[in-house]
Formats: sequence, structure tokens, C-alpha cells
Amino acid sequence: MSYAIQADGLVKRFGATTALAGVDLAVQTGTVFGLLGPNGAGKTTAVRVLATLLRPDAGSARVGGYDVLRDAHQVRQLIGLTGQYASVDETLTGTENLLLIGRLLGLPKAAAKARARELLADFHLSDAADRATKTYSGGMRRRLDLAASLVGRPQLLFLDEPTTGLDPRSRNELWGIVRELVGTGVTVLLTTQYLDEADQLADEIAVVDHGRVIAQGAPEELKLKTGGQALTVRPADPADLGTVISIMAEVAGAEPEINQTAVTVPAIDDAVLPAAVRRLDRAQIRVAELSLRGSTLDEVFLTLTGHRAEDDNDEGTSTDDGRVSENGRHAARPERTSA
Amino acid sequence: MTATAAALHPPVVPSRSVSPAAGLRQTLSLAWRSLVQIRHNPMELLDLSIQPIMFVLLFTYVFGTAIAGSSGDYLKFMLPGIMVQNALFATMTTGFGLNTDLTKGVFDRLRSLPIARWSPLAGRILADTVKQAWSIALLLGIGMVMGFRVGNGVLGVLGAFALLLVFSLATSWISVLVGLLVSEPEKVQIFGFMVIFPLTFTSNVFVPTDKMPGWLQTWVEVNPVTIVADAVRGLLLSGPVAWPVIQSLLWAAAIVVLFVPLSLRAFTRRV
Repeated sequence: MSYAIQADGLVKRFGATTALAGVDLAVQTGTVFGLLGPNGAGKTTAVRVLATLLRPDAGSARVGGYDVLRDAHQVRQLIGLTGQYASVDETLTGTENLLLIGRLLGLPKAAAKARARELLADFHLSDAADRATKTYSGGMRRRLDLAASLVGRPQLLFLDEPTTGLDPRSRNELWGIVRELVGTGVTVLLTTQYLDEADQLADEIAVVDHGRVIAQGAPEELKLKTGGQALTVRPADPADLGTVISIMAEVAGAEPEINQTAVTVPAIDDAVLPAAVRRLDRAQIRVAELSLRGSTLDEVFLTLTGHRAEDDNDEGTSTDDGRVSENGRHAARPERTSA
Repeated sequence: MTATAAALHPPVVPSRSVSPAAGLRQTLSLAWRSLVQIRHNPMELLDLSIQPIMFVLLFTYVFGTAIAGSSGDYLKFMLPGIMVQNALFATMTTGFGLNTDLTKGVFDRLRSLPIARWSPLAGRILADTVKQAWSIALLLGIGMVMGFRVGNGVLGVLGAFALLLVFSLATSWISVLVGLLVSEPEKVQIFGFMVIFPLTFTSNVFVPTDKMPGWLQTWVEVNPVTIVADAVRGLLLSGPVAWPVIQSLLWAAAIVVLFVPLSLRAFTRRV
């Protein structure tokens, strides 16, 4: 078994903040590895260390068999990086951006042009090829970012929150591209705040929190461990709320979460839903809403850590739902503003 | 997506380091990028061209007669100095561009590529030097259209160009430091305005030293802008050349000695 990425005990501090508190990772060649965690968990810092952009304070990492500190130049020849902080030049056109990277990678002018054309066509950007990228939509921008990281045909691709801020259609499109890339043998390390994204793409997921890996495994294993689904019940009569809470706590064997009159419990096994329905019926409670859905990252965190996915606000400004907003790019790099 | 876009190269052994020749090619590519930006951002061309022309026109025809008796005489006095002022302002583009790359994430993309570590900065400085040369030529051209005549021939003009470029290369390290320290590009411009404006107006660029109050004259005489302006006057017109040029070069050297290490330190802290 060969590993494209191996990290041992990575530690990185920014002033009083510990971004990485000893991270070990092992990513098999040719697979997609998902780093899942909330803002400030240390995902971006981990990617920056592995992509040779940041020196760890302790620990070591090998990428493609090369040490990220000692052989940084070799590592850079193997990797492609796409993230909120590794971006294209807004004032250049799509073609110019890709051409620049091709030239920097040592391609002759004609070859760099051909490569730019080819990538723009593949990513459905041919029509926008000669427009300044600041006029691109969010989805187009991400596709160009991804194309830019593929100019050198990397063996290893780092995707740092590739779909944050994208609409569902663009997100699906990007997922499709990632799957195709993996089909050609590229190893992908992906960070995300979305459980379903990690679930969709990753062969293996590491859940990170406060700079540590708190759980690791195939998506199915993690979902089993954390309760793959959540059951929500909302009584028609708010007066029944107390009864509903106690029924739900009993059938799920877990502390329910209450949001106004909606009561949510993890549904770890498939007996929870029928049991809840039977008990509610027996108690003659009229139900306005009953739904079963996949766990959110929040719920996974609650199960794994006993606390909610907090916003340390060290990886980005967050919107109400705890996800990084697009304009959080500047704040997304505490290591620089505090420097 | 076709398979060709993503297909891997046959496994190759990555090279251990960047050759100086490759580093130079990368620097040229990055300089090209900075210059191509102008095409998409006409504002920059405006900064580089309209502003110097406007300054020359306004000062010559508004203040000229009042300060020097005639606009022609004033143009002769002021044009070399305004070249120095313009060169100083233009160095701010280096810090501005650097900071934009840092805050927008372009710099990290570049740093993740197997290129010479020094090429992004070198490429930017090279491009900015080209822009400087353009501005100097433009100022001299507009001056000559308005009646400015050089006194030391082609050699004098080349000397003035060389001195202005050397001095602005040196001072661009101040701009680099500012670009590395501030949190957003606009702050580089604010710094430029707050420092370069008073610095150039308290020199003999616009008004002869003896027309200023005594306490100010002491400063004006030691102000490096005065010294470089005197050197450029000597080279373009006539008068003493050697001593002002030597002093200018000493100032340039002092700035480099102080600001290059500071910039490099700020650089390693920031990235």
C-alpha cells in the first residue's frame, strides 16, 4: 500500500492560537481523502503545511514521498492547489492566467497556449476565455481555480473548501470534475464543512476539531458511529412539547435537541423512526412535522465531541449557518493578519 | 472533461532545484503578467500617464510665473524635480501590487508552484521599473513639447534615466515593506500620500530653497528628494553633477541596506 501523503504530529501555532495540535494523516495514493471540520478546526492550516506554504512548528510530513520542508521544491512539482487563498489573478483573463502558470512551469509558449485552451474547453470556460476573471461568476471562478491547479498535471491535488459559497448546480458540477480526476489516478485531499460533500467524494474522512483528528474512517463507518440520520418531530399543539421530548429521548436514547417546537434526535438505527411513531400515536399526539434526514456536521460533532461545531473564527467569517462566506477570504488567513 | 486534461505525466523524477536561468525566465513571465494587467485596468495607465502630465501642466501654468517669473523658466526648474516626485509615487505600485497579490491569494498560488522563490518579487520589480521608464520618458517628452531643452545631450538624458531608475529601485523596497505590513492595498496608497507628498513638497522640487522660511531650509537642504532633484537637474540641464549624483547613490545604498533586510524579515513573517 503506498501513501501519497503522510503526516506525523503536525503542530502549528499562531500566537496564542493552536491551529494544529498534533495531526497525523495517511492518504493512500489514488484515493480521495476528506478533512471535515468547522471553521477554525485547522483544515486550511493542514493543507497549507502539506502544500509547502507554511512551516509546521513540530512534526513532519511527506507528500509523494518527499519531505515538505527539506524537499519542498520536489513536492511543488507534484501538487496542484486550489483554495480560497490560492487564487487566480482577477485582472487577467482566463487564458492569460493559465498561460502564465504554464509558462512558469516551463512549458514553451505554444504548448502553454494549447494547454490553456484545452483546460478552458474542458471546464466549459471557452466562451469566457478572453474576459477578465473578475467578471466571472462564483462557479466559473472555482472552475478556473481548479483548471489553474491542473496545468502541470499534478499527481496530487489539494482542494481547500472547493464548493463553499457555490450554488447547488455549480457544486454538483465541481463534484463531477473531481470524480473524473480521481478516475485518472490523481490523489485528492479535500477539505470541507459539508458532511454530504465528504460523503459524496471521499473514500476516507478525518474529522478535525481544534487542530486534532477526532475521528477517522470510511464515510459509512463514520455515519454509523455518529448516527447517520436525525429524526425531527414537531407537535401540532405546543402543549404536547414536554411529552414529545420525553418520548423522543427514550426511543433514541439520547438527549433531544429542541428548536422552538421541533424536537430532534439522532436516529442511529432504523428502529428509532417506527418506535417514535408508535409511541406518539399511543400518546395521541397530533404531529405537524415528522422528518428523517442525514446528520449535519453539527450533529456529527455533537456526537463525536459532545460540543457543537464552534466558530473559533480563525478560518473565516461565518454566516448564520456556520459556513464560511465567500467574503471571508481575508479573515480566512489569521496567520497573515496577525503577523 | 476529456481524459487528456487530467491524464498524468509518466512518472518523472522531480528536479532538486530551480536553475538561475529558469528563475530568470519565470521572472520575465511574471513581469509580463504585471504589464498585461495594465490592459485590463486602464486606471493604472491613468496613474502612470495622466497624473504626471497633469502635474506638469498645472504647476507650469498656474504657479510658474508667480514662482520663477515665467512659465518657461519654471518648467526648466521644476521638470527634473517632478520626475523625482513622480518616480517616488510610482514606487508605491510595487507595494500596492504585492499587497493585492497577498490579500487576493495570488501569491500563495505562485508559492505553491515549483518556481524560484525570488521570482515573484523580482518579476514585479522588473515590471515596475519598465513602468517607471515609461513615466520618465513621458514627462521628458511632454516637457520638451512645452519648451524644455536638455543641456547635456543624450548622455545627460541617459544618466538622468539611470539615476532615477536606480533611486526608484532602491526606494521601491520601502514600498515592498509597506506592502508586506499593511492589511489591504488601499493602505499602501494612503502611506504613499501621507509620506511622499510632504517629503517632495519640502524639497526644492517645486520652490527654490531660498524662497522658504529659514527653519524649513535646513530640512530642505538635507532632504534626499532635493539631492536627487539637483542631480537630475545637473544631468538634464547643466551645473554640478558629480557631488549630487554621489550623494543620491549613497542615499539609494542606505535605503537598500536598511529596507531590504526589513522587507525580507516582514516577508518571512507574513508568508
